[in-house]
Amino acid sequence: MAAPAVAMQSVSLRLFAALRRFFRWLTSPKVVLALLMLVLMAYLIIIPLYRMLETTLTVQEKDVRIIPGAVLGEFTLYHWIRMLTGKISQVMLYAPLQHSLFVSAGATLIALVLGSLMAWFVVRTDMSGRKLINSLAIIPYIMPSWTIAMAWTLIFKNRTVGGAPGILEFLLGHGPPDWLSYGPIPIMISSGLHYYTFFYLFVSTALMSIDSNLEEAGELMGASRTRILRKITFPLVLPALLSGFIMTFSRVMGTFGGPNVLGVPVRYYTLSTMIRSDMKLGNNADGFVLAIMLILLALITVFMNQKAMGTKKSFETIGGRGFVTKQTKLKRWKGILTAFVVVIEVLIAILPVVLLTWNTFMRHSGDYSLTNFTLQHWIGVSDPNFNDGLPGILRNPLIWKGAWNSIRLSVVASFFVAILGVILGYAIVKGRGTRLSRLVEQLAFVPYVIPGIAFGAVYISMFARPVGPIPALYGTFALLVIVSVAKNLPFSSRSGVSAMMQVGKELEEAAEVAGAGAWVRFRTIVFPLIRGGFVSGFLLSFISSMRELSLIILLVTPATQVLASMTMRYIENGNDQQADAVIVLLVVLVMIGNWAISRFRVGSLEKGLGM
Amino acid sequence: MSTPIIIRNLSKHFGKVAAVNNVSLDIEAGAFLTLLGPSGCGKTTLLRCVAGLEDPDAGEIYIGDKLVFSHSKGISLPAGKRDLGLVFQNYALWPHMKVDKNITYALKVQKMPKEEMKKRVQESLAEVKMEGFEDRYPREMSGGQQQRIALARMLAYRPKVFLMDEPLSNLDARLRIDMRTELKRLHYVAGATTIYVTHDQVEALTMSTKIAVMREGVVQQVDTPDKVYHFPANLFVADFIGSPKVNLLDGTVDGNSSVDLGGFKVAADTRRAPQKVVLAVRPEDIAISTAPVDGGVEFNAYSVLPSGADSTIVAKLAETEVTIRVPGISKIRMDEKVWLTFNPEMINLYDQESGNLIAS
Repeated sequence: MAAPAVAMQSVSLRLFAALRRFFRWLTSPKVVLALLMLVLMAYLIIIPLYRMLETTLTVQEKDVRIIPGAVLGEFTLYHWIRMLTGKISQVMLYAPLQHSLFVSAGATLIALVLGSLMAWFVVRTDMSGRKLINSLAIIPYIMPSWTIAMAWTLIFKNRTVGGAPGILEFLLGHGPPDWLSYGPIPIMISSGLHYYTFFYLFVSTALMSIDSNLEEAGELMGASRTRILRKITFPLVLPALLSGFIMTFSRVMGTFGGPNVLGVPVRYYTLSTMIRSDMKLGNNADGFVLAIMLILLALITVFMNQKAMGTKKSFETIGGRGFVTKQTKLKRWKGILTAFVVVIEVLIAILPVVLLTWNTFMRHSGDYSLTNFTLQHWIGVSDPNFNDGLPGILRNPLIWKGAWNSIRLSVVASFFVAILGVILGYAIVKGRGTRLSRLVEQLAFVPYVIPGIAFGAVYISMFARPVGPIPALYGTFALLVIVSVAKNLPFSSRSGVSAMMQVGKELEEAAEVAGAGAWVRFRTIVFPLIRGGFVSGFLLSFISSMRELSLIILLVTPATQVLASMTMRYIENGNDQQADAVIVLLVVLVMIGNWAISRFRVGSLEKGLGM
Repeated sequence: MSTPIIIRNLSKHFGKVAAVNNVSLDIEAGAFLTLLGPSGCGKTTLLRCVAGLEDPDAGEIYIGDKLVFSHSKGISLPAGKRDLGLVFQNYALWPHMKVDKNITYALKVQKMPKEEMKKRVQESLAEVKMEGFEDRYPREMSGGQQQRIALARMLAYRPKVFLMDEPLSNLDARLRIDMRTELKRLHYVAGATTIYVTHDQVEALTMSTKIAVMREGVVQQVDTPDKVYHFPANLFVADFIGSPKVNLLDGTVDGNSSVDLGGFKVAADTRRAPQKVVLAVRPEDIAISTAPVDGGVEFNAYSVLPSGADSTIVAKLAETEVTIRVPGISKIRMDEKVWLTFNPEMINLYDQESGNLIAS
């Protein structure tokens, strides 16, 4: 009798011990935080994606009348069949898809050539004014993405669409051809010029970390210059080119501003503008189908990139310490080339804003005489002859409200982004090597590959109705905050991880041995050591949220308008000069944010962009 | 007042690799135990398990009469509750705190009164001879000074157990010898049970009361430095301890209590030895002479390496190479004929198959 009792007891003791071990694991800070982040990301990423897919596969209210015998909420392949094979598929899906691919490929190519050349000049030649060139190269990143597109219309506009003529027509007497005024070519060029910053940063970092000795070794062995470039330099820079490619391509795919300004007026739709148009018409399920296509395309890009990177990855560590960077002597070309690079940069970075500003001081757009000067668009009182009776933007309470919304959104979202960055960094770095840590890191990366407008679309389906304890959030300011935070998760996780990596684990362990609990350790050791990263993460996110449009365009309502979305509304209503004034205002606000970064010396855009 | 540490059947795996494999150690109160072994042998992991920074996956640890870890009972006291201090290889001083704040951190956690804290800072700085450094930031001090502050930080809250993870390995050779002196003195004065991790066998021999030699997570031998040096338990320990290295010569046991090393024979106690053995003899236990000696074996002086206090001579006979150490600067010339005599008292025999010491 006694033996089984002992056995019973030891079984229950073992169970008890196992439970205690499990509980200890579960309550360790890194696990608690990792699980917390998993729940949050399931809520912010997985469930919304699932909801969107679900919506495309169920009968919507609108469909009940169209599909015979359909019951609301039932499973259906109607939307997919309609979009993929129906009569409208050519207009609704295939044409925009082709346009998106074409425009993105072109823009990426332009960005690649421009960015890499610029990087090579700055890093590997003895050209002067490097600092100026470097800071000019960053400017496009902090401007709203459709600034160049707006400037484009000011120069190249012709009579096809109507409105005031562009500068070119004013100078030449006749308008430029249609292909130069609107459509794919202008979208491609303006997007390429806007996004070349990524290639510039990636490639210059890569070039800086290559040991010139590697190239010199080739030279000593008698290889020709082009052969060295092809066989040694290029393979070493390839990883940087590939990450620049995926970043630029998926950004252009998901961008809304440029295609809306330069494509929609001539009915040249891309996936992003078509999604918006579907949503406007209330065909949400159709829009979601397009959004899913967009996400799939982005995933394919990432997949191909990883395949290509897989074998090349080992190059990344080459260089490191003590490398020599040999600079090519430009000799008598130095002055000309320096001037050339600076002029190009000014054309890209400064000219667009100057043109837009100029336009805001004209009574009638396109009349370049002095008598046409006015401050009406800035401080004028409402006049039915101007801008449909809109007052100057500084007198317009809606603008003030939009500016306030922009700042509020950016501050609140960036605050959460920075905090989540710290938590994600802690959970990922402290749990390095565990499956949980890997899962958190991978999940946090997902929003990176979802194009901006598709991400916004995802959130419509999620929050149109209550989810669990959360009420329907559509039309609220909170939704804009949530989507901005979620889209920035990859960014915050990256910066959090790199900040946390710099804090040796011994520093926290020393405090642990000294008897400090998790919260005390965080407050007294970990946080003070990563504060710099925290603040720069905040400011970087602030800048990118201020000028973000693609992400929130589907989610703003009249009550939650921000400056970025207001410019679009003015453009769509034909009040271009007001739109320009708002863009200028936005650029000024972003500049102030950028100034704050350099002022507080907590980080730099170059550093923060390094993802 | 001092605290013994008992480790029972402790194991810790990383993935499929056993970093610590079923280790049991009895560490007496006040001992200075060194965990010695090549990098990757599990010595640091074992130390971290004792500290409470790693969760082992089997076994038990007692510190004093407190059970601080037991897998089967599901117990694991957090590091801060184990009443121990840890000095890290890279010192781990908090870079954003001045020296005094570094030292008082643990005291603040314990909510010690301010006056008492001030006194402790002065005391512990005096103990490591760093008076007057209260207001420095870690980056404003040299490596050796940071090391001393790291020690002071540990001493300030007077833990019952000192744990040290290669504390001297980041210092230059000179400073390392100075710090050995100080550390040994510190342990002597404080009397706290100490576990010290190092890969430097000289450090282990000079400082420890006991040495535990580890290899691939398994403890090979736990003994006093004397025993570990003179009676290594197996070929791994024999080979790892001592500089210049021990001579290990393959041989076969000859009936007449001697070992045939191929070409020459050496007298040894072969009573319990199997047929095939490895003969181990330390370089200083071989006598060398330039004139024929009775019972000496004739070798050729292959290379002579004087280094001040002693000289190392490498002698060859056909394929057999033997290292000899003699005091002072040797006058032997290279390629000179030399006669070697092996001290039979100091010879250890190992089983060629198992590599274990054959008891004599």
